[in-house]
Amino acid sequence: MSTLHIVNKSPFETINLNSCLNHVKEGDSILLIEDAVLGALAQNKLADNISEKLGEISIFALLADLSARGIGRDRLISGIKTTDYAGFVELVANNERTQSWL
Amino acid sequence: MSDEVKKFLYVNRKAPYGSIYALESLEVVLIGAAFEQEVSLAFLDDGVFQLTKGQDTKEIGVKNFSPTYRALGDYDVTKLYVEEESLKERGLGIDDLQYLTYEDEDDDYKEKPSIKVVSRKEMADIMAEQDIILSF
Amino acid sequence: MAYEVNGNIVEHDEEGYIINLSDWSKELAEVIAKSEEIEMTDEHWAVVNFLRDYYEEYQIAPAVRVLIKAIKKELGPEVGNNKYMYELFPYGPAKQACKIAGLPKPTGCV
Repeated sequence: MSTLHIVNKSPFETINLNSCLNHVKEGDSILLIEDAVLGALAQNKLADNISEKLGEISIFALLADLSARGIGRDRLISGIKTTDYAGFVELVANNERTQSWL
Repeated sequence: MSDEVKKFLYVNRKAPYGSIYALESLEVVLIGAAFEQEVSLAFLDDGVFQLTKGQDTKEIGVKNFSPTYRALGDYDVTKLYVEEESLKERGLGIDDLQYLTYEDEDDDYKEKPSIKVVSRKEMADIMAEQDIILSF
Repeated sequence: MAYEVNGNIVEHDEEGYIINLSDWSKELAEVIAKSEEIEMTDEHWAVVNFLRDYYEEYQIAPAVRVLIKAIKKELGPEVGNNKYMYELFPYGPAKQACKIAGLPKPTGCV
């Protein structure tokens, strides 16, 4: 009964990621795409909040968007996974529902 | 199409007029009402501003669509969940919102309130119960 | 594209809905009805007036089923039923009656 949450805006510009983190349930996944991948950077202001959640949910960042912004995997909050487009599709297929945080 | 009734949740997170999201959502809700699914609406973050009373758009040259929320009951859209924390964070309370009602056909057409204020935790539960979530 | 009422020109779109809602008058309604091949009776007027009131209050033209439900409540089941409403407005009660009432096309009507 899990949900895939998709966020696409920078957490330094909108509250979307924050709001998403406040509404996830155990077993859910969050996929960060486009500018939202900035939220995956280690030591950012949301990092503690994110790390705390990583125990009960999974967080993914889209590799293509990380690369485009010059962010290497070694720069991510520990526990955040990366995924390619095929993995994106798999995430959608493996969850009951998808919720976008626009 | 299967005739199975699905649970649809429209999630509204933006204030009206600054962008087209709020109006688009309302229009999709009205059109979608014809399909007789189980529909509810969620208002959180800046979306709570969609329901405030006393909206007057004369000076910005945009149509005031806030009266249209009062028609939702006619369309059998009777469940509007408003997040309490979102209201509080914005200095708002239930009294700042329009009083929206619907007539309950199963209860002698008694007028009942459509808006239900729920906690963030309850909102998360409501989201997790849906078949389809449409975000605006 | 325009209707003519007592020498005045009132613009409408390609489907016959008037452009400026404030151009509406009872005389114009008669003109639009005639172009739709409808002879306005008291029942037609009841529906048109109801639509105008609904729009005034909610800023939308109601969908057909909402219209019929509301008319039934207001004017009774003899008028407020599908069959009779389609007899009054053969091309669709919401679509045609809204046009005569000077309202925009109902949301969701294609």
